[in-house]
Amino acid sequence: MTNEPGDRNEILLEMRDIRIDGFSDEQWHPIIKGVDLTLRRGEIMGLIGESGAGKSTLGKAAMGYTQPGCKLTGGSILFDGIDLARARDREKRRLWGTRIAYVAQSAAASFNPAHRLIDQTVEAANRRGLRPDAESRADAVELFKALQLPNPETIGSRYPHQVSGGQLQRIMTAMAMSPRPDLIIFDEPTTALDVTTQVEVLSAMRNIVEEFNTAAIYITHDLAVVAQMADFIKVLRYGEEVEQAPTRQMLTRPEQPYTKSLWSVRALEKPEVKGEDIVLSIDHVDAAYGPIKVLHDVNISIPRGRTVAVVGESGSGKSTTARVITGLLPPLSGSVSFNGEPLPAALKDRSKDQLQKIQMIYQMADTAMNPRQTVEEIIGRPLEFYLGLTGKAREARVIKLLEMIELDESFMDRLPSELSGGQKQRICIARALAANPEVIICDEVTSALDQIVQEGILQLLLRLQKEYNITYLFITHDIATVKAISDEIVVMLQGKVVEQGLKSEILSPPFPDYTKLLLSSVPEMDPDWLTNLLAARNS
Amino acid sequence: MNAVLATILKRLGLGFATLVVVSAIIFSSVSMLPGDFGQAVLGQSATEETVAAFRKELGLDKPAPVRYFEWAASVLQGDLGTSFSGRNASGQDRSRQVVDLVMPRLWNTLFLAGVTALIAVPLALFLGLTAALYRNSAYDRAVNAATLTTISTPEFFVAYILILFLASLWPVFPSLANIDASTALGERLYRVALPALTLTLVIVAHMMRMTRAAIINLLASPYIEMARLKGASQSEIILKHALPNAWAPIATVIAFNLAYLVVGVVVVEVVFVYPGIGQLMVDAVTSRDIPVVQACALIFAATYILLNLTADIIGIVTNPRLLHPR
Amino acid sequence: MTQQPETYAAAAEVGAVRKRRTRLERFGLLMKSAPPSAWFGMIVVTLYILVAIFADVIAPYGEAEIHPVPFAPWSDEFIFGTDQIGRDVLTRLIYGARNTMGIALATTLLSFLIGGGLGLVAAINRSWIDQALSRLVDVLMAIPSLIFALMLLSIFGSTITSLIMIIAVLDSTRVFRLTRSVAVNVAVMDYVEAAKLRGEGLGWIMRREILPNIMPPLVAEFGLRFCFVFLTIAALSFLGVGIQPPTADWGSMVRANASLIQFAKYDMTAAITPLLPAAAIALLTVAVNFIVDWFLQKTSGLRDDK
Repeated sequence: MTNEPGDRNEILLEMRDIRIDGFSDEQWHPIIKGVDLTLRRGEIMGLIGESGAGKSTLGKAAMGYTQPGCKLTGGSILFDGIDLARARDREKRRLWGTRIAYVAQSAAASFNPAHRLIDQTVEAANRRGLRPDAESRADAVELFKALQLPNPETIGSRYPHQVSGGQLQRIMTAMAMSPRPDLIIFDEPTTALDVTTQVEVLSAMRNIVEEFNTAAIYITHDLAVVAQMADFIKVLRYGEEVEQAPTRQMLTRPEQPYTKSLWSVRALEKPEVKGEDIVLSIDHVDAAYGPIKVLHDVNISIPRGRTVAVVGESGSGKSTTARVITGLLPPLSGSVSFNGEPLPAALKDRSKDQLQKIQMIYQMADTAMNPRQTVEEIIGRPLEFYLGLTGKAREARVIKLLEMIELDESFMDRLPSELSGGQKQRICIARALAANPEVIICDEVTSALDQIVQEGILQLLLRLQKEYNITYLFITHDIATVKAISDEIVVMLQGKVVEQGLKSEILSPPFPDYTKLLLSSVPEMDPDWLTNLLAARNS
Repeated sequence: MNAVLATILKRLGLGFATLVVVSAIIFSSVSMLPGDFGQAVLGQSATEETVAAFRKELGLDKPAPVRYFEWAASVLQGDLGTSFSGRNASGQDRSRQVVDLVMPRLWNTLFLAGVTALIAVPLALFLGLTAALYRNSAYDRAVNAATLTTISTPEFFVAYILILFLASLWPVFPSLANIDASTALGERLYRVALPALTLTLVIVAHMMRMTRAAIINLLASPYIEMARLKGASQSEIILKHALPNAWAPIATVIAFNLAYLVVGVVVVEVVFVYPGIGQLMVDAVTSRDIPVVQACALIFAATYILLNLTADIIGIVTNPRLLHPR
Repeated sequence: MTQQPETYAAAAEVGAVRKRRTRLERFGLLMKSAPPSAWFGMIVVTLYILVAIFADVIAPYGEAEIHPVPFAPWSDEFIFGTDQIGRDVLTRLIYGARNTMGIALATTLLSFLIGGGLGLVAAINRSWIDQALSRLVDVLMAIPSLIFALMLLSIFGSTITSLIMIIAVLDSTRVFRLTRSVAVNVAVMDYVEAAKLRGEGLGWIMRREILPNIMPPLVAEFGLRFCFVFLTIAALSFLGVGIQPPTADWGSMVRANASLIQFAKYDMTAAITPLLPAAAIALLTVAVNFIVDWFLQKTSGLRDDK
């Protein structure tokens, strides 16, 4: 068979001058503009880029597949001597699932809900009759074991909705590995997972790919993740290659300014300042969605003019805390005090003045702005609503606010759809600023943004804090962002506060168990990080 | 299995509750009648006593909830009341039992609907499925344009066009579908050919479009793309990956269209003077024969509710999430 | 504003900036991109509207004017002949456009007013009002609307007012469902939450935040519901329980002259006469459907664009 561990120097996949167009807005636009890609047997390539860079499209093109609404307009895709760009569907289907396998981002949606996991795992191997059915099933159980799935003997008899997301992602890796392919395409396989789960899935994937000497293309937007997986990295931007280099060289000596800028957010670090004057305090808050209790005796105090970062994984109660503060979710018990005075629990009981002083910025700037309103209307409304500004005065103030967020007057009559991701988030910041608030709650405001844009937003927030003495409650799951912006940190787990303290205290030993697990699970820009971490955890 | 059972029972309960409320609405329509209604039915020369007796017979002198339960109880025993027609001012009563009016016609209607469904359902599913598979092909576009036109056309227009060509210009089929209890099956089929064809055209158009949309929606799921990337052939994707998840949407489409058929039957029966329940209802509405109208409305509504209930239950028993709870 | 060349500048970031155009220019561009089917639809609808508005001017005779010869053949005097009691068919067709379309339009508007308004309230409120309205609509939709309409007409009688009221109420259940479901999708958006946090009232949130964002599906639905209402009224009139004579109406015209089809072998024009109003109904609904199809494609295209 061809999938014996082959010669490392033998070229497995060679893509030349790939051009792909996508159909939108009733015309074809180029998505990939002439990219070359070479992969040898057993090599792992990291394909990174921001959203819209075309990395996923290129990854699927490596299989000779284009999504509906996309078409290959030029180039050749030589996989082990077969040109997939010209091959007929029958020929490609013979390769797919057996010699080239695909691991999708959303495992939950990519498994057929109607079939058992084991049946889906062995489906591709059985179809081509690579092995007897019983042998594939036994092999699948071995793969489940190798991927450290719980109950490897029986987990396959379950249905997709019966197992967790992290487990599904590992089963999908087993599914890809089952026919022992020459090449696996990993398309953002850990993006939807929490950091602590991500570590487990990453190490399982890496081990198994190494064990069978499978070549892989690993697509992600997270540099630190790709650093753990890849032998070399290719950076894409706007459908073109920016640069390609071995992983270590790429991390230490990137050549292109764009690549350098991708690293920059990690460099940002704010010196912490202790605050005394408590502007907002959350005391003994319990809260629930219907019968499900999500916050247990939460206490957080936020000093004026400082940034308190709330970190935790999904389901830890970070966002619920924000909803309690804003009054969207009245707590079962406990209270929220602003400048020493308790705030009414429900939004409708709060005065305009109280609402004005606490503003909020959302994770998805896309959905946080009414797509039918212009920038002027979006920023102007709080001015009119809280401060009673109209006409020329309002217009002048909007322009001033635009300048504060480093944009200008020309943005006034744009609609949100005519702005880039970073600009959108800036408009949201301006809208919050327009109310002259004392506290701004930032809910994952940078996590949907590309790294270079993240840095700009964080710097802007820091500058505004300095100039206007604004207090931030900064909710995030990203430790690098925490380092960049916070003075104090609150760690949350399952609706409880694990600890609160100054950044330097939280981020240095001794750690409570959970904080340690959380901090150590955050991938670092070091190719040896995962290896070292696993070694440390196993010892 | 318990989860499935519980969900089905819940759905059955909901269906029953809906039926009760609907019957209450249909029933209470009597009390919305204008005050001088008795006079109108019995004629201007009716004496006060006969009108009062008539009102008493309708039970208008008792409180509404009592009347409803009496009515519901008698409906459950198969007594739908007495028709208004055949009464006159002198108090003479030649009216007939509603059941006797409704039952033979109900069978006729079910016969027509059944014949139509037998042709239309397989045909529409086939057209919808193939149109979805060969999306954006010339075939798909042609079927789409044809069905869009049919949908936009009133049923009676389709019916008269068919009459014009198949009964008038080239008399292949009779334009009147008059049958009675003694008509033999072969003759029956011959006579309902045109009404059944009319209904088929209308239903196929609706159903094909909905099937196509449901299948396309299904084929857009990530797990279908995954199956394709695992090397599955087109037929494998359809049979193994799409079909097991398609029962619920397909059942919904079929139920919706059979329900639509039940309504479409009214107009078609009138065009072809077919002695079905739809025509009976229209006649009763014209003569304001309320007990007959109520009986017909109740039958139509019950059929409608039953069909939707069936579709939901098929959706429940084929849902893997309910079949295999965590 | 300071801009150092090597650092990141927000204003320089590439956004999908479109050239801003005036309404007229955009309308012109829109028209240019319309496919033939949409053009066909728009021309037909415009013609119908013109005929409806200028019925008095165009029609050769009065709406209920009776001529001595019933079932007169097509001639110069009576272009499409006369009907069963001697009224000019062309005249009836022209007035029928006004009556049938006018009633259908009034009904659709009323049903959107009821269903749309309640749907919005239910979507924003999401409390017992939503529950109560949704359950009520479930029950009303459990009875086929044509059957329900027949029953109610038998009780209230076939006047134009009761026709409009009954069909509008029955049809508003569907409008309610659609409005509620699209509005619920919009109401969970962060910008609506932001407006609530700002302290905006229900009125502002409904009018300024939600309504503009649910317009495209509602406009499309308006077209489809208009067709549906139009067909229902035509069907009811055809059945003899809708618009009553002497008011001219396409549905009842079909029924009144239907027997002429039997004579197709002897006089084709006579056989076509009852089909004319039916064809008029079909043509309008096809035209509206074409426009709606194009509109839906346009707006769903915009959604992909984001």
